[in-house]
Amino acid sequence: MNIEELLRNPTEWVKADGPHCRIVLSSRVRLARNLRSIPFPGWAKKADRQKTLESIQPVVEKLMEMNDCFSDSMDNLIAIDKQVLVERHLISREHAAKNVGSGIVVNSPETLSVMINEEDHLRMQAIKSGLQIKSVFKMIDKVDTELEEHLDFAFSPRLGYLTACPTNVGTGMRGSAMVHLPAMVLSDQVNQVVQAVNKLGLAVRGLYGEGTEALGNVFQVSNQTTLGEKELDVIDRLSKVILQIVEHEENARITLLEKKPRVVYDQVGRAYGTLTNARTISSKEALNLLSLVRMGVDLEFFPAVARGTVDELFIASQPAHVQKAAERKLTAEERDVFRADLIRERLKNLPKPQIEETRPPGGGQTQVS
Amino acid sequence: MHCDNCKKNEATVHLTKIEGGKMLKVDLCEACSKAKGIEEGAGFSPADFFGELGLAASIKTDSPDVKCPVCGFTQADFKKTGRLGCSACWETFEEGLASLLKAMHKSDRHVGKVPGKAAHTIVISERIKELARDLEKAVSAEKYEEAAQIRDQIRDLESKLKTTGSVA
Repeated sequence: MNIEELLRNPTEWVKADGPHCRIVLSSRVRLARNLRSIPFPGWAKKADRQKTLESIQPVVEKLMEMNDCFSDSMDNLIAIDKQVLVERHLISREHAAKNVGSGIVVNSPETLSVMINEEDHLRMQAIKSGLQIKSVFKMIDKVDTELEEHLDFAFSPRLGYLTACPTNVGTGMRGSAMVHLPAMVLSDQVNQVVQAVNKLGLAVRGLYGEGTEALGNVFQVSNQTTLGEKELDVIDRLSKVILQIVEHEENARITLLEKKPRVVYDQVGRAYGTLTNARTISSKEALNLLSLVRMGVDLEFFPAVARGTVDELFIASQPAHVQKAAERKLTAEERDVFRADLIRERLKNLPKPQIEETRPPGGGQTQVS
Repeated sequence: MHCDNCKKNEATVHLTKIEGGKMLKVDLCEACSKAKGIEEGAGFSPADFFGELGLAASIKTDSPDVKCPVCGFTQADFKKTGRLGCSACWETFEEGLASLLKAMHKSDRHVGKVPGKAAHTIVISERIKELARDLEKAVSAEKYEEAAQIRDQIRDLESKLKTTGSVA
């Protein structure tokens, strides 16, 4: 399939139907692999990179899992399409900057993507909706086992899979989950969680990884180390910690509703009001307001079906997606107008938040805001 | 673990960064991390106060001119990029990387997945290494009969390695 067909498909991990999808948006595991004795992409000459790409890409395309896939060299993709892939978490920001000698293979449901000649020769990842890191790991592990039949991976018995950067050597594995923590942000508890999680050897980052902002109250939790621990032990620990985070967030929501119901109603109501009426809106504002509406869905202020719509908008509101949907080059101002139109259109059937009926005033009015 | 800055409070903010080939690692308490202007998620540049705390580390090696025989990568290149040149570099710079890995990871030994193709040969080559050590011991203890047996075992395994034809 070509890039247009791929991008027209809805992204499977955005479906919001996985386990614990109220709070966990997606689970992802990536493995870094390299070919033996061939310079890593960052050190290789252009001709070498091209040769490596030519030897790896056909093998990846032949995977059963890639039966129906998009596969191309990065120099064939225009900037906007690369950015769309980044926003869907199918390639890294670093990979988007690559051109000749780097490639990408993605299956049609967009659950599996293999970057060729990113920082390592191969960076393969599986991503699914909700909290299912273990099944995601099994999926990518199987792909890895299939690939090793045909590719000679650099491996040392003592150090494991050899990678370009010492931070990835060993398993070459980074498991992560995207978690939506609006109540913890509203009640100022996120820093505590970040610190607790850090103590367990896990990292908490923003929406697009290291050094990015936690837009829309979405955080990424991932393992930091790759050497000295078995893959499944890391995955287990990660799952347990994420379940705890889920519990904390659920509790924070209950507490918030009990102690500061007016704050919750006000925030969700304003978010609804702005999103359904705005005529121009930045992606940052949109993501932050969509986050509050999503929490409103979880709190049953809105019908449950709205969660899918909100999650789709979460991706559709991002700059490259807006640009792509417009089918012409937009200025920043035009983009904000287009985005506002798109959101109003998609939310036109979303009823007003049912706040008064579900929580009649009078109960729990002792809040301080 | 105490904060590297005030040395008093419990460190709760842990930063690791590879910069210019140096592994920078610092543990701070919440108050000090705020005072240093580190915010979660913000792209910070830790070089300054890392330097100030004297916590930098790099590949240590006695001979700075070592070059990877496969790809020509040098220590200076690692300093620049923080990345290695090829898989053989891991062997070339093995010693110097050991302390870096210890600081960075849970241990310096892989315990995870082994590629199926490699598993067989790896097990055999590890066994050969073990036997070679036993052989040395036996010889120095003048247990020649035992030594001869071990030598035969090694030869056996080596011929097995050759017939599989794969390289570990």
